[in-house]
Amino acid sequence: MEVGTVVFYLIALLVVASAAMVAFSHNIIYSAFSLLGTFAGVAGIYVFLGADFVAAVQLLIYVGGILVLILFAVMLTHRITDVQITNRSAGVVPGLIIVGLLFWLLYETITTTPWAKAKEIAYAATSAKIGDQFLQSYLLPFELASIVLLAALIGAVVLARKEMKG
Amino acid sequence: MQAFVDSLIQQGYFTGMPTQVVYAIAMIAAAFAVLSFFVAPLAGVTSWLERRVWARMQSRVGPNRVGPQGILQWLADGIKNLLKEDLIPAAADQLLFPLAPYIVFIGFLCTFVVIPFGSNLIVADLDIGILYLLAVTSIVVVGILMAGWSSNNKWSLLGGMRSAAQIVSYEIPAGLAVLSIIFLAGTMSTQGIIKNQGWAPWDWYLFNNPFTFIAFFLYFTAALAEGNRTPFDIPEAESELVAGYVTEYSGMRFLFFFFAEWGNLYVIGAVATILFLGGWQVPAVGDGLIEGVLQFVVFFLKAYLWVFVAMWVRATLPRVRVDQLMALCWKYMVPLSFLCVIGTAAWMVVFPHGNRWASVGMFVLGVVILLLFFGRVRYQIRHSKPELYLRPYI
Repeated sequence: MEVGTVVFYLIALLVVASAAMVAFSHNIIYSAFSLLGTFAGVAGIYVFLGADFVAAVQLLIYVGGILVLILFAVMLTHRITDVQITNRSAGVVPGLIIVGLLFWLLYETITTTPWAKAKEIAYAATSAKIGDQFLQSYLLPFELASIVLLAALIGAVVLARKEMKG
Repeated sequence: MQAFVDSLIQQGYFTGMPTQVVYAIAMIAAAFAVLSFFVAPLAGVTSWLERRVWARMQSRVGPNRVGPQGILQWLADGIKNLLKEDLIPAAADQLLFPLAPYIVFIGFLCTFVVIPFGSNLIVADLDIGILYLLAVTSIVVVGILMAGWSSNNKWSLLGGMRSAAQIVSYEIPAGLAVLSIIFLAGTMSTQGIIKNQGWAPWDWYLFNNPFTFIAFFLYFTAALAEGNRTPFDIPEAESELVAGYVTEYSGMRFLFFFFAEWGNLYVIGAVATILFLGGWQVPAVGDGLIEGVLQFVVFFLKAYLWVFVAMWVRATLPRVRVDQLMALCWKYMVPLSFLCVIGTAAWMVVFPHGNRWASVGMFVLGVVILLLFFGRVRYQIRHSKPELYLRPYI
């Protein structure tokens, strides 16, 4: 087996194992911290695919932003570790059926899709190309996305601020 | 670094080994060399120098017993901490508590991949250089939150939360200040940014236009706050929180946090040097080895000057309150950094090839400000008539 393949499987193992930890851990803090492995592993897969810019942004946004936000929410919630998270209204059997169906669906999709395989991954710099594409072909979606984000930001401020009297 | 390894492979060393394995060995060797021959002594000597500098500024003695002027104090401290018992409190989280210092340390050490020591001396000149640096630094936050929570102690938790809130907030002005330089340089590679500047101060990005001049101070202030340094060291404010998120740590794990803090001072200085102060650029003198050594010395001195300034600030300023800290970031620094980004972009439209006169004018202005500052300090010293010991050591 090639060295590259070994590295890929190691990264994939990291992602899947920490994702499993997120799902199965009884302690919600452990789940939150396991996300670090998942996010970092996905960044590793991006590096593996030659997407250097996306990998750095993945770390910056997901680890530096979203993970910290989740950790804050978990830690600020009073006695969150004592809460029984399991939903008792739906039992184990319906859950298993849904999981089985979902798994079968995913399996069928993965096996029947004709996956395009890149013959050769070019490890070239991508950030300049991404910038050009954003400001040329994809200018409108880019601007729309920023307007959506701005609206979300203003909404958050409106929700969070104190009501002024008078 | 990669070019060097390639040339070694070309010359017939490592025949019969897969190239990927050679690269992996080279990566580990580079990491080992940078950590043990540069980062570890640097962080150690910085810790000693910081204590000596504070002591001088506050009319105390400071550590002066181990070695000449106490310069080997850091070795003694290191050995002491290595020999200490690795204490994990019974109430602490047994899994996350030992892990947290390593995550902080990884986030700090990974920055040295893109910090150059000279025109050829760099571990890897990544195309996304400075973005990579910002990205790996964000791992530190997770480590600090982990340390704060797993200690199972309210001071630790409060310290961890404060630190994370502070780092996440101050990442925004720091990132925007970096962005205005990326505009000017047209690249994110650290070597590329340095190559676009010259050795003369008026060719530095610091004096390129008024907005980058402001951006430099924004970056330095925000970086100090991200590094949990006084006046922004509320996460480990002794008067309120004992020692913040490091309260429960002892021995080597405790040292790892402070190793990262002192080493991070150099990273702050190095990034400021790369972005604003012309990096390793030297006038064309000599060739090969002489130039390389000169570049290393110039880069190191520029970076270390800011380490000294950080010590100076820490010795003189009181710490701010939490609300003042957040107000400073969100009400003043973030709008100002947006102004810097837009201003730099506008400057680039108006003067596509830069404005030489403005740069020289900015440089003269900078020198005048510095002279006025020193004049003021001189005036204060003369008129307050303090008891001065002008020997360089006590």
